[in-house]
Amino acid sequence: MSITTAGPAAAPAAAAKVETPFQRFVSEFAASKLALFGLAVFTMIALIAIFAPWIAPQNPYDLAQLDIMDGRLEPGARSGDGTMTYWLGTDDQGRDMLSGIMYGLRISLTVGAGSALIACVVGASLGLLAAYAGGRTDSAIMRLVDLQLSFPAILAALMILAFLGKGILNVVIALVLVEWAYYARTVRGSALVERRREYIEAAHCLALPTRRIIFRHLLPNCLPPLIVVMTMQVARAIALEATLSFLGLGVPITEPSLGLLIANGYEYMLSGKYWISFYPGIALLITIVSINLVGDHLRDVLNPRLKK
Amino acid sequence: MTVFLLRRLLQAIGVVFAMSVLVFIGVYAIGDPVEILISPDADQIERERAIEALGLNLPLWRQYLVFLGNALQGDLGRSFVFNEPALQLILQRMPATLELAFGAMFIAILLGLPLGLYAGLRPNSIGSKVIMAGSILGFSLPTFWVGLMLIMVFAVQLGWLPSTGRGETVEVLGMRWSFLTWNGLQHLLMPAFNLALFKISLVIRLTRAGVRETVLMDYVKFARAKGLSPSRVTFVHVFKNILIPVVTVVGLELGSTIAFSVVTESVFAWPGMGKLIIDSINVLDRPVIVAYLMMIVLMFITINLIVDVTYSVLDPRVRLESKA
Amino acid sequence: MTTPPTLEVRNLRTHFFTRAGVVKAVDDVSFTVDRGKVLGLVGESGSGKSVTGFSIIGLVDPPGRIVEGQILFQGRDLTKLSEEEMRDLRGNRIAMIFQDPMMTLNPVLRIDTQMIETVLAHQKVSREEARQRARDALGQVGIPSPDERLKAYPHQFSGGMRQRVAIAIALLHKPDLIIADEPTTALDVTIQGQILAEAQKLCAESGTALIWITHDLSVVAGLADDIAVMYAGKVVEEGPVAEVLDAPLHPYTLGLIGSVPSRNRRGEPLRQIPGMTPSLLNLPAGCAFRSRCPRAEPRCAEPPPMAEYRPGRFARCIHPHLEEVAAA
Repeated sequence: MSITTAGPAAAPAAAAKVETPFQRFVSEFAASKLALFGLAVFTMIALIAIFAPWIAPQNPYDLAQLDIMDGRLEPGARSGDGTMTYWLGTDDQGRDMLSGIMYGLRISLTVGAGSALIACVVGASLGLLAAYAGGRTDSAIMRLVDLQLSFPAILAALMILAFLGKGILNVVIALVLVEWAYYARTVRGSALVERRREYIEAAHCLALPTRRIIFRHLLPNCLPPLIVVMTMQVARAIALEATLSFLGLGVPITEPSLGLLIANGYEYMLSGKYWISFYPGIALLITIVSINLVGDHLRDVLNPRLKK
Repeated sequence: MTVFLLRRLLQAIGVVFAMSVLVFIGVYAIGDPVEILISPDADQIERERAIEALGLNLPLWRQYLVFLGNALQGDLGRSFVFNEPALQLILQRMPATLELAFGAMFIAILLGLPLGLYAGLRPNSIGSKVIMAGSILGFSLPTFWVGLMLIMVFAVQLGWLPSTGRGETVEVLGMRWSFLTWNGLQHLLMPAFNLALFKISLVIRLTRAGVRETVLMDYVKFARAKGLSPSRVTFVHVFKNILIPVVTVVGLELGSTIAFSVVTESVFAWPGMGKLIIDSINVLDRPVIVAYLMMIVLMFITINLIVDVTYSVLDPRVRLESKA
Repeated sequence: MTTPPTLEVRNLRTHFFTRAGVVKAVDDVSFTVDRGKVLGLVGESGSGKSVTGFSIIGLVDPPGRIVEGQILFQGRDLTKLSEEEMRDLRGNRIAMIFQDPMMTLNPVLRIDTQMIETVLAHQKVSREEARQRARDALGQVGIPSPDERLKAYPHQFSGGMRQRVAIAIALLHKPDLIIADEPTTALDVTIQGQILAEAQKLCAESGTALIWITHDLSVVAGLADDIAVMYAGKVVEEGPVAEVLDAPLHPYTLGLIGSVPSRNRRGEPLRQIPGMTPSLLNLPAGCAFRSRCPRAEPRCAEPPPMAEYRPGRFARCIHPHLEEVAAA
């Protein structure tokens, strides 16, 4: 059924209650406590990652601070010199796991967010170009997108890293190459829908410059789906990076991300020393879950199809 | 329909060709296998003999043409490491990967469809909130880490399930299968579930989203207005409509499941194609990498084709369009 | 003792409890439909006429629910029935036809499936017999070569044909009451005429009572015996169709009639009702129409009662058009 809402003519009193789309979005987003919780947790994780060098008990990269005698200590054990407690235990090098995780978060988040951002810019530009130019440009770009998407992310990333070798920059490149297509497809899809709308035609009729039509009219209307995709892709990128590092194809040993920390604990786990793999995994999990909680609700809020 | 199939087939061949160029250049443009394969103590003459034997002295495009010519005859080169035909190596390990992937898909559908249906029909119930929270978890859990945890709990702590390997196998149709023996099935259970985690969440979400959109449709209300029982409305009118997108995606996901088995196979030391490719990348065994990629591309294209055909069988509207 | 009317709705209130507040979609609606009679339920979109229809057949979806009133179907109060009992009636004694024929048939099921399941839902007959019944019903609504058409999918039919199929499904069990929710709005005028003629014939022959929900007064004029005009969830005027259309009592009915283009008033500007339907979320107190009513006065802030101004002529207005007005 449809309920006719009051127009400004019929109910001037309601005018005070009219929300801007952004306010409406904020209030709808805030309606889910779970999503707010996710946002809060993610903010905390991001802060930990940013301030890791100041708040971590130890600098895990500084070999001078490590004591090999403290290797593979259980969570809660005191260090050999009695100066600190290893709350989450130590790895085989005697590295404090808590500090390792804090620094690992830095790398995981940087790689994840960085690659998602670059992929977004690259993908969205190509998607807009495809939608706006149409014709051959469109089909060439979309052919490439189809090819990319028909190939699972993990394999594509694996191959690219096999070509490029290890290293943070190479991981970022691989993730961007794997992910740009999602953005391109999303933006093209919604841009094509928007393009057919009357207001774009009106803008054309007013002879507004193409650049202005694309950036002031087309792009803002493609933003909602783009934001949803971006949120999800940040989580995916973090997970993918961790997986690649676990397989030994990701970040180098000198800059361990969460995935590499987990991989380091693999061999000790079978002998019951679970903490080396367990806690970095928990950190990874909390990070990804919090992002997905936010993204999931964003999708519900920004999906016009579910609105009655 | 025939025209449609032919066109798809031609497209597929084009993609295979394009991929072969890409893969070949990518793989052969990097690293130097000579460094890896030939002992550093070997003298110059030995080295050159080896390079010649492997065809590494030819220009890249000649190497590609040789590769292409051989590939068309089913020869994708010999593994530098195993000194066996690469294709044969991969085919030997394919059954292990396939049974892992199909096992995972089976678990995903078995668990995902009913859970998603429930969550879609009662979106506000506690049960469906738990299901949806679980599915977010399934999406978020890093597969390899869950695999480690599964091993830790079920193999190390409880000792219920074996941690690695395929267990006993039976030879059927010239290939060895684990799922036909009890021991093999025990070995399969944990890796298959691990690989299925992500897909379970996916199926749950697809089903739920489909149900939620479909129940709002007039034809569902009309079905209720006809006095049909709730189970008939749900399982015929709603279910048949959501089956189309779910079947499509699940089918398409088979390819990615096979690809993601790389991770699961590494964790559980499952001797499939995935483990082979990781090992091959680490030692730069180019022919195996190339052969693996070509096999995967072929697989994907076949899967896509099958899904397209299935789709048109399930959705009568698509059939009409292809006729028109 | 006389037999009760096919349907008597008394003081029905169906409200929707949304996040933004309570939407009083149907707020105190009463009317009666006798055997073989056609009631035209008229109103603008959002006036609550469709919700009234769904309330009768018991298909109001949450967050909506019937909060008050009685729906007496052949003397039984439907609001008191269990879901099972309602299901026995639905599609059997009470059938409904929906507005958009493109949406009412399930796109992935064949016509025969969708018809046979309706037969089997209410009668224990063999599949073959059910198919025969479906075939006959298609023939009855004028679908050529029903045997072949049974095997078709909905998308192979035109809109008009689909609506005929929907009507055929509604007729399968020769119901006592059919609720038709704007069934011809989406169709071409010629098809609309055919379907109207068939509906009329059906009621006359089988004694089926019909509620025809529409916003189109010209449809009601030719088809209905009685008319109930709804505005903002309430019936504002009720009476025999010819009398109401000739001499409307309520200013809203008058405005509605005036908005219909007519050949007789060619050249004159169309009369229109100023403003638009108020939001059901915050209706003004008193008469909901008063902000748009030319006759509004301070007294209208009190809710006007439904009153009988002439024999069989009811209106919810304190100063109805009792004088002679040229409506059309």
